[in-house]
Amino acid sequence: MNLLNHDETVALLLSLKVAAVAVACSLPPAAALAWLLARRRFAGKPLLETVLLLPLILPPVVTGYVLLELFGHQGAIGRVLDAWHLGVAFRWTGAALAAGVMAFPLLVVSLRSAFEAVDRKLEQAATTLGADAWRVFLRVSLPLSLPGLVAGLALAFARAFGEFGATITFVSSIPGETRTLPIALYELLETPGGESGALRLTWVAVGVALIATLGAALLLRGSRSAERAA
Amino acid sequence: MIELDFALRRDEFSLQIALQSQARALALFGPSGCGKTSTLHAIAGLLKPGRGRIALDGRVLFDSRSGENVPAARRRLGVVFQEARLFPHLSVRDNLRFGMPRNSSPRHFDAAVQLLGLGALLQRKPGRLSGGQARRVAIGRALLCEPLALLLDEPLSNLHREARAEVLQHLRGLKRELAMTTLLVSHQADEVLALADAVAQLEDGRLRDVLPVAQFGMRDAETRAAPESR
Repeated sequence: MNLLNHDETVALLLSLKVAAVAVACSLPPAAALAWLLARRRFAGKPLLETVLLLPLILPPVVTGYVLLELFGHQGAIGRVLDAWHLGVAFRWTGAALAAGVMAFPLLVVSLRSAFEAVDRKLEQAATTLGADAWRVFLRVSLPLSLPGLVAGLALAFARAFGEFGATITFVSSIPGETRTLPIALYELLETPGGESGALRLTWVAVGVALIATLGAALLLRGSRSAERAA
Repeated sequence: MIELDFALRRDEFSLQIALQSQARALALFGPSGCGKTSTLHAIAGLLKPGRGRIALDGRVLFDSRSGENVPAARRRLGVVFQEARLFPHLSVRDNLRFGMPRNSSPRHFDAAVQLLGLGALLQRKPGRLSGGQARRVAIGRALLCEPLALLLDEPLSNLHREARAEVLQHLRGLKRELAMTTLLVSHQADEVLALADAVAQLEDGRLRDVLPVAQFGMRDAETRAAPESR
């Protein structure tokens, strides 16, 4: 007997894909921004910090509506993307964009703390050994901020996986395309007789969140014991 | 040859140094807070003087008049910091290899390992080294980046007596083996007497005196014999 029916399996797989793509695409800009905030002083930094946190503070529906205005078929960016056949409105890529925008602040905040925790003296030592800024980052700063990076990725993945309000507002609910697990769960609750399916999806959501968090904890423990080893 | 003529301000502290020394190994000697480490950091390119000139063996590293300021990563100086500053996530071997030029001969690596007695430690992580061992690895790492001069910041500080003797013996060996311009920062006379050829005495960010080490030794012996007269 299958744990989930076909539609529920499709929603689960779509959510996993959307969350993975959202986090993977958010990581490079989030890392760059976190580095900038952790290491540089510049005019407008407090403003940037505030704008960055907006998706966490605003009602998700607002974020979804802004995305729709910008990336929808009539939106300023959406029209350009459509012309290049890269439109995201009402597509799974749009769901990934919405999930990415919502998870982005969590990723930046975690990475920033991780970068701030790296001992600057070690970076100085690497510089005197002839390493350029990029090599110092790759060989020293990044490995030393790995625990924070892993924790941030787990948190962002869980947030992207559970994203609902911005997604349904921006890309609606199209089975197999944009109906992610939280949207499917919501619709089951709205459907007479859908409670048992809703309960199954609830368990699946709890399971995914636990796996992401425990997986991150295990990875961290592994890297710490490898550091102590030998 | 060491040529320093620069001024540097940090918060309330002002450092003004002008000296020329032909000594192969010059010690910067003075009490804590007199500007020794700041001088070393300025030479290493980790602090930028407000004005002046810094040259080692005829190579100009900083000159405010011509606008020359060689980046720290390209100064080719082997810096040994007070706190070893080993990369905790890398093995001793990888720490040693960190700054090695790509075309460096493996024999060079083996020679440094042998000279500093590091053969049995290569697989270890820095967290499992004693203070003396960590300091020896830091010295080896600085040597293996094939520097044109060595900068040693209190290389024997915070070590217990046996570790001090162990590191001192290796530093003496290095001085014999490598005829390399060396700048040693110290506030301990015995360290200076063992390792330097000449001594620049600093006080409150100003140069007080430059003496040959024998004369410094005599003065130090007189001071010790009549401490109450000071």
